[in-house]
Order: sequence, then structure tokens, then C-alpha cells
Amino acid sequence: MQIYLPIAEVSVNAFLLLGLGGLVGVLSGMFGVGGGFLMTPLLFFIGIPPAVAVATEANQIVASSFSGVLAHFRRRTVDFKMGGVLLVGGLTGAALGVVVFNYLKGLGQVDLLVKLCYVVFLGVVGGLMFIESLNAIRKSRSAGGAAPAKRRQRGWVHALPLKMRFRTSGLYISAIPPLIVGVFVGILSAIMGVGGGFIMVPAMIYILGMPTKVVVGTSLFQIIFVTAFTTMLHATTNYTVDVVLAVLLLVGGVIGAQIGTQIGTKLKAEQLRVLLAMMVLAVCGKLALDLLLQPAELFSLGTDGGH
Amino acid sequence: MWRALLVLLCVATLPAQAAEEEIVLGLSQDRVAITSTFDGSDILVFGAVKREAPIPDAEPLEVVITVSGPSKPVMVRRKEKKFGIWVNVDSVLVDSAPSFYAVATSAPFNEVLTNTEDLRYKVSIPQAIRSVGADMNIQDAQDFAQAVIRIREAEGLYSLREDTVAVDQQTLFRTSIKMPANLIEGDYKTHIYLTRGGNVVSQFATDIDVRKVGLERFLFNLSRQQPVIYGLMSLAIAIFAGWGASAAFTVLRNR
Repeated sequence: MQIYLPIAEVSVNAFLLLGLGGLVGVLSGMFGVGGGFLMTPLLFFIGIPPAVAVATEANQIVASSFSGVLAHFRRRTVDFKMGGVLLVGGLTGAALGVVVFNYLKGLGQVDLLVKLCYVVFLGVVGGLMFIESLNAIRKSRSAGGAAPAKRRQRGWVHALPLKMRFRTSGLYISAIPPLIVGVFVGILSAIMGVGGGFIMVPAMIYILGMPTKVVVGTSLFQIIFVTAFTTMLHATTNYTVDVVLAVLLLVGGVIGAQIGTQIGTKLKAEQLRVLLAMMVLAVCGKLALDLLLQPAELFSLGTDGGH
Repeated sequence: MWRALLVLLCVATLPAQAAEEEIVLGLSQDRVAITSTFDGSDILVFGAVKREAPIPDAEPLEVVITVSGPSKPVMVRRKEKKFGIWVNVDSVLVDSAPSFYAVATSAPFNEVLTNTEDLRYKVSIPQAIRSVGADMNIQDAQDFAQAVIRIREAEGLYSLREDTVAVDQQTLFRTSIKMPANLIEGDYKTHIYLTRGGNVVSQFATDIDVRKVGLERFLFNLSRQQPVIYGLMSLAIAIFAGWGASAAFTVLRNR
């Protein structure tokens, strides 16, 4: 069944969109990631204009994070104070990101920027995760048990001023690192159309030293507001949020996520992470090839010039 | 009284003298409604040639039909290899290019229309694109206009369909114009040219109205006129749909 998307102004198969949403949903349920970093490139591949893909994906992430965070509210694994500080940074970053996005859109370099961001971040995160989980698998095989818990890094992060107490996380640290993490993730959210969980979760664990059990809930809490803000900015400045596209992806995504969670409980954590890492690297490789190999069509058309 | 009647007679006969062969046109539809399940449209263009005198013995009658979507400036960018990756480097603003352009003819194009007539009436695809203000430091500006044609032909937006207009007894003609699903809104100008020996002997123009309707219309207008409300609505719908789908799934699983 073909469906005409009112804002993207293209006609696509509704089942393809539901399927894509479902597929990414299964993966995000399995691995506990938002899936925006996979969905946005997939939308590029099926011919949705990049600007619409990025803005609409932000809208979809709001909704999927909202249904995710409800479970964490019930378990009281959301650090509202930390979330608030991250949020202040995130909103600043998102505003900066949209300004950069619109400036580069005028120059005709926005596709390049989005794709470069993807290649760099997917490459780094995928590579690190791959090495780390391979090591974990090797260790668990040789030692036959869990790896010993490492001491948290207590370096420069704890030497900064403006200290705040975060009760839920059991931390007493400066507000500056969470702010910087927030700004950074906000910029990524606006430019790449992702929630930024795949950057924020490692940053919260390794840089801020937050306990793992509050990390996911807190990042979801922050992501809801930052992506909602991004959606509003794109909707009011670029008119590129396609609500029909978002709803189709979302319905597929939520159902897929439930199935993915079931599969995820049956697999080992290290195996899951190797799989996720390989998938991230595959998407990264495809995007990198697009940049490195000579494209079949050197010319591209844009309508934003002139006005 | 007599003078008035004479004037009226003159006025009435004037158009007939200007064109001895006149076009009477029919369209299967003069509106295309873009609904949410819009998947392209076929428009039947048919008509007859009305003439007072017998059919001239000269060259056979040929018919050219063009349908042209709204024209807009197009920014064309060209990639080049810089620092090992392919980057947009040059750009040319093509002043005006139709979003959709179809030419249907009753014989090979160069037989139905001479080059001079093509230049005068701007019928062929390259003539439909206007590009004057190329940047001074770009020599091959023509490549950019050709790129517009190549890319839009590949998307099915531009097409030259020779020998697709059927002409019966030099009087009746018909063709079907296929419009793809990726249409934008606007008045699609439809021109019909009658030619003999490559020269235009008569022409006729009308509009096909392509509009989003219903939900598509509502969402598009809202997103342009009330972007804040549209954004808030998108968020609310998305949150509700996400929450609803997960709640529905939980209920299903707990049965």
C-alpha cells in the first residue's frame, strides 16, 4: 500500500515503513538503544530527503523514549537532578545544532555534515564496543567468571568547581562535565536526528561515573526533552517534520521493541554487544563508502537556493 | 443597427481566420487529488480538430502535447573529490525548471516540430528549462542544466514520449499522460500544438489542477501556517501513538 507523505512529498510503501520501524525496534529492544542512529541512515537509503529524515526521527524518538521512561519512573531509576543539568546543556546544544544545520543547508553541505558525523561517531563507538566486548568474551572464557569491577576514574572531573550533590546517583561532582556532555549530545541530536543515547550512556558511565542502573532512565529522561525541543525547532524553522512518517515508524518500532526485548533476554550480554558493534560498523562502512567512492551521479538538486 | 451587426460578425469570424484548424479538447480529469494513498495518475488527453474548410492537402497533421508542472528555481550542485572524499563544490542556480514535464508527440520529435518552432514555443525538454544567471567562474554551466534533465528523467518526472499520440483521420487525437506519485502541488499547464510540416498551425492551452486534499491538505497547511501548533501536535500524536502501541502490546501479552 503506497502512502503519500504530506511533508516529505514522496510516496512510499506503508508496510516498508512499518517494517523498517519494526526492524529497528527489534534491534533497539535487544540492545537497549534508541535506534535513531540506525533509522535515520535507513530513511536516507529509501529516499526520504535527509532534512525530513532528521527532523522526523527526532519526533519519533520523543515518543519511543517516553514509553521507555515510564518503566524507569516506576522503578525510580531516574536521577532528575542529573537529568536536569544534562537537559540545560542539551537544550543549548540543540539550539546551536539547528543553527549550524540551517547554515550548512544554505551552503549545500548539510548532507556531507550529517554523513561525516555518522561515519565518525558510528566508527568510534562501534569500534570501541567491538574491542571491549571481544575482550569481555575472551576474559569470561579464560577466567570462567565475571571480570573484576574496575575502580572508577577520579581524575580531572572531580577537580572542577561548581560542585553539586546528585542523591539518586550517589555523586558529589562539578556540574560542568554533565553540562558539557549535555551540550555535545544536544548538537548531535539536532544534526544527526538521534537521541544521542549511544554517546551519552558511555559518557555517563565512564566520564561522570554514574551507577549503571540509573544511567538508562536518566538518559531517556533527558532525551525526551532535547528531542522534543529539536522537533519544535525543525518544525518551526525548516517545516520538515512529517507526522505521518513518524507515526508509521513509531507503531512498527514499539511493536518491534517488545519482540526485541524478549529476544534480548535469551542472549548473553557480551554476544549482544558484539552483534550491536558489528551492526554499527556495517552502517558506518556503508556511509563511508558513499563518501569515498565516486558516486554514479555527481550532480544533485536542491530547492532551497534562491529564497 | 446594421453597423453593430457588422462589427459583431467581424469579431465572430476573427478567431476563425487566425487559425483555420481549431482544437476542441477533452481531459479525463482536470483535477488531480493527492490523497494519502496517491500513487500516480493517468490523464487521458483527447480532442478533435474543428475546421470550416476541407482538410488541407499539404503535410499531414501532427499533434504535440506538453504537460508542465510549476516552475521553480533549482540549485544544482556538483561533487568533486576533496581530501579523499566526495564533496559538493560548485553550484549553479538554474533560474526556472518545471517540477514535472512530459512531451507526447504523434511522430518522432524532429519530424513534428522544426528547431525554430521549438525555440519559439519552448516545447522540448531542454527549452522548458531556463538558465541564464550562471556564475562567471563556472565554464560548463550547460552541464548543470543537463544534470537537471538527467536526474529528473531518471525519477520519471521528465519524459519525451514520441509516437504516443494517436491521430485518426487528421481530426481526432488522444494520448494518456502518466503522472508519477512524487508530484508537487500546482497548476500543471497543458499545451496542445497542431503542426504541419514542422510548423505550428494552431495551439490550445489549459490547466490541470494538482492539489493535496483531505488530511494531506490539512497537515501541509498547518505545518506552514501554524508551525508551532503543528510541532506540538506531532509530539502529542507521536507520544500518544507510542504509549498506545506499547500499552496495547502489554495487554495482548498478559492475556
